[in-house]
Amino acid sequence: MDFFADFPTMERQDLRDFKKFIDFAFRSFARTYGDAIESFFHPLLMFLVWLEKLMINTPWPIVIMAIAGLAWLGSRSWKLVLGTIISFLVIGYFGMWKDTMATMAIIAVATIVCIGVGIPFGILMARSNRIQSIITPVLDVMQTIPSFVYLIPILMLLGIGKVPGLIAVCIYAIPPIVRLTNLGIREVDKEALEAIDAFGATTWQRLTKVQIPLALPTIFAGVNQTIMMALAMVVIASMIGVKGLGVPVLRAISNQYLALGLMNGLAIVALAIIFDRVCQHYGKRIQKHREGKH
Amino acid sequence: MSAIKIKIDSLYKIFGKNPKEAIEHVKSGIGKDELLEKHNHVLGLQDINLDIYEKNIQVIMGLSGSGKSTLIRHINRLIEPTEGKIKVDEFDVMDYDKNALRKFRRQKTAMVFQRFALMPHLTVIKNVCIGLDMQGINPDESKKRSKHWIEKVGLNGYEERYPQHLSGGMQQRVGLARALTNDADILLMDEAFSALDPLIRKDMQDILLNLQSELNKTVVFITHDLDEALKLGDRIAILKDGRMDQEGLPADILLNPKTDYVKRFVEDVNRPRVLRAKNIMEKVNGQDLSNAIIVDENDFIESFIDKVLIKQPSIIIVKNKENKGEGYISPQRLSNILKK
Ligand SMILES: Nc1ncnc2c1ncn2[C@@H]1O[C@H](COP(=O)(O)OP(=O)(O)OP(=O)(O)O)[C@@H](O)[C@H]1O
Ligand SMILES: [Mg+2]
Repeated sequence: MDFFADFPTMERQDLRDFKKFIDFAFRSFARTYGDAIESFFHPLLMFLVWLEKLMINTPWPIVIMAIAGLAWLGSRSWKLVLGTIISFLVIGYFGMWKDTMATMAIIAVATIVCIGVGIPFGILMARSNRIQSIITPVLDVMQTIPSFVYLIPILMLLGIGKVPGLIAVCIYAIPPIVRLTNLGIREVDKEALEAIDAFGATTWQRLTKVQIPLALPTIFAGVNQTIMMALAMVVIASMIGVKGLGVPVLRAISNQYLALGLMNGLAIVALAIIFDRVCQHYGKRIQKHREGKH
Repeated sequence: MSAIKIKIDSLYKIFGKNPKEAIEHVKSGIGKDELLEKHNHVLGLQDINLDIYEKNIQVIMGLSGSGKSTLIRHINRLIEPTEGKIKVDEFDVMDYDKNALRKFRRQKTAMVFQRFALMPHLTVIKNVCIGLDMQGINPDESKKRSKHWIEKVGLNGYEERYPQHLSGGMQQRVGLARALTNDADILLMDEAFSALDPLIRKDMQDILLNLQSELNKTVVFITHDLDEALKLGDRIAILKDGRMDQEGLPADILLNPKTDYVKRFVEDVNRPRVLRAKNIMEKVNGQDLSNAIIVDENDFIESFIDKVLIKQPSIIIVKNKENKGEGYISPQRLSNILKK
């Protein structure tokens, strides 16, 4: 009856060897290719560092004006612009300006990377059911696997630093934009596609003149979600060397500083709300002329 | 008669998983309903043979679901046939590879869609330009050309609006302008006027006839309205359940409907209004010409019926443009035609 009482497992020794083998293989992979991978990501690092410095070194009133300007361009709503200005003033007043700027820099870069990589993958998925059936489970894994798990190989490969942090953020944040690009393109009106075909469109013209413009509101919802998820990763990313609002939160956790944790947490929430509202207003505006009559 | 522009040859289209197999059932005589019930395939078109003449308006008629849209989509190969040939200008459309097909669609055909199929994210003028855009024509030039057609269809001042803000009739005119701007030989019009209200519809029909007298395109025009078909069509083809029941000159179809289906279609037509003297004249000699009246071959019955009633002629002489007698209509014949 032993068989049913204890789950039949692999021999301990075998299991240990098996794990060792995997670790060893990956370590030697990291040793051989680590540098190459690092130099591949070097331009990204330079960009991130540059943006961070720019945002921190620019006098704060100019930064606030720039942010308010962007909020206005996106939303055309005075209320939102006012709310944005006040939020940033409060954040600065409570001494979180630098961390906030660092966080915004990494969110911005992560979003750009996710858009640049995610939209082409979404387009590929929309073009073929086979590719869709391959990529979908990968996205499922990326969204459900605990982020600590993929931090391990990233750390082994690249060590602690901004780039591994950025990669971790991107892995977590990229699925929505891929999914929604795919969905948006698949939902494009068949009759519009037929019409553009009847006028002799090439595959590229079909994509750029009809599919992407018509999918844009959906793609944009994906961008919005991606930004939100990137913000949610800020604390975890700070565990492996990303500066920003996550660092004080970590410190607050290990030292049980309630106020510090709360303030920085709320700053993240404020950023999230501002991004979200501006994105939504913008999304609505680009969609406006498609909805029925005024 | 002018040359053949489009030749459709034994065309079959079956929708479903395994059309090649289903086609054998169709050829052995199974009808649309049975094919769907027993074999789970939809019969789209069955053994269609149709010659469409250059510079003519070929009307295709039929009830909803009879395969009109399916047929017209074969001409620019938006739908691939299960079997058969479609020749345009002697070239088999099925032989074209991707590039050649694209070129063919850009230069030879333009289409107006049943449900408009406008681009919701583009303004009216950009919608109208779209065919020229595809061809890479420079924006100024294409703007100029599309302006011209926007004016012709009466949409002046709406250039910068979005389609959603226009009424159905206006949207359809955008679709028409879009097709005309392409300046192709062949105009494919799938129920182009069905969504319009009667007055605008009549306007658009007149616009089309006017344009046609200038442009001399080959037009394939789908409608389920017989009056429209008779007004516009040089020839009419009638589809039923994917089969072609009858094809020919409008007057022939009116006077000699071949099947009950066609008969029902033409039953309620106002004959004096659509039949011309030449459609009903006979070429018999040895008539009593003592009390005759003379009509032009192109006169509608409607236009000389009062004369007949008042003068009570023994015979009606039909003359052609050169004032020569072409044939005769006896009062007896006229009465038969009007009685049906
Ligand atoms: N993609 C498709 N898949 C399956 N069946 C189809 C498809 N397209 C058309 N059919 C079927 O083919 C038949 C003919 O359709 P079609 O659209 O050509 O009719 P129609 O004469 O244009 O009708 P309407 O006047 O309503 O526009 C119908 O029975 C329709 O259900
Ligand atoms: Mg149709």
